[in-house]
Amino acid sequence: MVLKAFFPTCCAAADSGLLVGRWVPEQSSAVVLAVVHFPFIPSQVKEFLAQVQQTSQVGVAVLGTWCHRRQEPEDNLGHFLEGLSAIFSHEPWLQLCREKGSTFWSCKATRWQGSTSPGAPSEDQVMIVFYDQRKVLLSQLHPPAILPDQETGDAAAGAVGLAAVFHTVARSEVLFRSDRFDEGPVRLSHWQSDGVEASILVELAKWASGPICLLLASLLSLVSAVSACWLFKLWPLPFIWSKLSTCEQLRYRLEQLTLIFSPQKAENPSQRMRKANMCVSVLLDVALGLTLLSWLHGKGRIEQLADALVPVADRVAEELQHLLQWLMGAPAGLKMNRALDQVLGRFFLYHIHLWISYIHLMSPFIERIVWHVGLSACLGLTVSLSILSDIIALLTFHIYCFYVYGARLYCLKICGLSSLWRLFRGKKWNVLRQRVDSCSYDLDQLFIGTLLFTILVFLLPTTALYYLVFTLLRLLVITVQGLIHLLVDLINSLPLYALGLRLCRPYRLAAGVKFRVLEQEAGRPLRLLMQINPLSYGRVVHTYRLPRYGCHPTHSWGSLCRKLFFGELIYPWRQREDKQD
Amino acid sequence: MENEQSFSDICGGRLALQRRYYSPSCREFCLSSPRLSLRSLTVVTSTVWLAAYGLFTVCENSVVLSAAIFITLLGLLGYLHFVKIDQETLLIIDSLGIQMTSSYASGKESTTFIEMDKVKDVIINEAIYMKVIYYLCILLKDPVEPHEISQVVPVFQSAKPRLDCLIEVYRSCQEILAHQKAPSTSPQAHQKAPSTSPSIQKASIVSRGK
Repeated sequence: MVLKAFFPTCCAAADSGLLVGRWVPEQSSAVVLAVVHFPFIPSQVKEFLAQVQQTSQVGVAVLGTWCHRRQEPEDNLGHFLEGLSAIFSHEPWLQLCREKGSTFWSCKATRWQGSTSPGAPSEDQVMIVFYDQRKVLLSQLHPPAILPDQETGDAAAGAVGLAAVFHTVARSEVLFRSDRFDEGPVRLSHWQSDGVEASILVELAKWASGPICLLLASLLSLVSAVSACWLFKLWPLPFIWSKLSTCEQLRYRLEQLTLIFSPQKAENPSQRMRKANMCVSVLLDVALGLTLLSWLHGKGRIEQLADALVPVADRVAEELQHLLQWLMGAPAGLKMNRALDQVLGRFFLYHIHLWISYIHLMSPFIERIVWHVGLSACLGLTVSLSILSDIIALLTFHIYCFYVYGARLYCLKICGLSSLWRLFRGKKWNVLRQRVDSCSYDLDQLFIGTLLFTILVFLLPTTALYYLVFTLLRLLVITVQGLIHLLVDLINSLPLYALGLRLCRPYRLAAGVKFRVLEQEAGRPLRLLMQINPLSYGRVVHTYRLPRYGCHPTHSWGSLCRKLFFGELIYPWRQREDKQD
Repeated sequence: MENEQSFSDICGGRLALQRRYYSPSCREFCLSSPRLSLRSLTVVTSTVWLAAYGLFTVCENSVVLSAAIFITLLGLLGYLHFVKIDQETLLIIDSLGIQMTSSYASGKESTTFIEMDKVKDVIINEAIYMKVIYYLCILLKDPVEPHEISQVVPVFQSAKPRLDCLIEVYRSCQEILAHQKAPSTSPQAHQKAPSTSPSIQKASIVSRGK
């Protein structure tokens, strides 16, 4: 196998010294982490490396020498470097050399053991792969490589392939903590050797987050304790809470906030990302809500809205009345059964009349209600949208009632028809065997059955038409509500922090690596540049999508059509608990 | 060492294969398709604008014309950025892996790298799609069962070169992969001679129309 030397780009300009890093024998690759400069005492270097190995659980060792010839070629330095291989023995021993004014490097890897001719070392073919240490340290591979449990000595041994390089660099953070201004025994060169990277804002935020988290966590626990109070469990309140989507949204947000402000630290990167995504999502929600609030409260829009609400409800009721008058006549040229038509039409008209009276009763309070509902926008845009969806449901309650009446009537009719059709053919439904069996009926049974069957068949068009019209109206309302819920879901579950990270710091979310071949010269070792291949936006959304609270349709199109045909009631936007009718 | 040769793809268009041998363990193959021709661009643009002008004479609304210009511009940008692949590159590095890059006409590059541990073999496969076509693909090992194949990754999907071009690439890749299968450090290891004639696997896979 060709020996691969992973060399950090920040050390390419460093002075001569020793190469320190980890040797991965399975892939025959040497991951160079830092360069130790002269002067040094070998025993101190060995002590330092043993310390680092203990703290980071990474098998750090001296891999070879690095020679950067800035002035005229120094032969004594070359001999001195060769002598070091006797002090720090490592198989294989790397010797990297860079000439002044030349972009090409020379590299030698010598092995003493396992060579064919004893007494002379064997040389391996070497390939130099440059990598950006800072980016590799901060990036996270997707899918994450599975790590073994921490009891084994070398924690990064479990990662295979190039993930081993990432793990080695990520785990050796303790090696990168000393910079060149430190007065330690060993002088290192790595990506942070010019000064450890830190941000004062981040440090302040970390310091302040402790007490703030505690305070907010206690507030939130108080709120959840109040909401779990026995007063809210009296019937019919839980029934009402389960039907309103606003309560669901508030509960979901409360859960999210509890998770964000919990005093425990996140253990692994995925939990950290989830917390960050939730935090950004809540902030965006509140920002959008406040924008909506400022828009609503300016220029007297609340009054306009409240004034427009009652006429809109009136208009809807008027249109329904026109529709019913049309159905009671000869709709689309179809001939209805006059008596049944009149009965159904009058019944629904009276219902609308009741509804209109109710709306008119409420009209003086509408403005106050709208004003208070508008205030809820400061809790977030999602809460306002849920309230809007609930208001639509309440205002179109009569359409829902009509749909239920029509569906029940139609369902009864279909059941009756199917059973009498079987009687007409001389068959019966066997409940025990769950199948259709033949049956011999008496003459009077057959007579009455056929009569009823005929009546139901001739009344079918009228009922079917009413059912069709009200089902279409109900589906329209459901579609509008569904669109609002879709928007709420989108705001809830979009991982904005992850998307922002992918946009601004693409190396943090890595799907893999990519290589570029640098300038070559015959006879010199191959030089490659390893760069991070970022995750695509689709995969970012897929991996970091926040869980929704399950308000999505549970039917497929086929089952929906079947239910519509047989007159069964459909509840597409209900939670999974109350699916029974 | 660089080498350029011209081949043709399955539809008869011209392709240019550029071979670069960086070192005995690293080779690169670059297939370039012909660029977007001015003639097809003009034809499409004029059709769209004529249709828009026809609509404008019918409905007398100038929004149709501005919409047509907008659609043409967006369509062209979208085509250049997401659809038109100008160059496809295969870089094979011994003991590291195989990298496939597609460069789009707008300059976007999409790269996939497969590590050498996962690569089982590089083969030329046969597909039946209206006629018989050949495509080069990389077989990946199953992580659970090392002798099973878990995935087939086709290469040069948009350029679609013919068999003569594929044979050249196949031979070069096999020379490098031979190092993997018979490591040179053990002298008593059985050296498998790289086959001179490519092993074309006859798999009657009805391809999806790509």
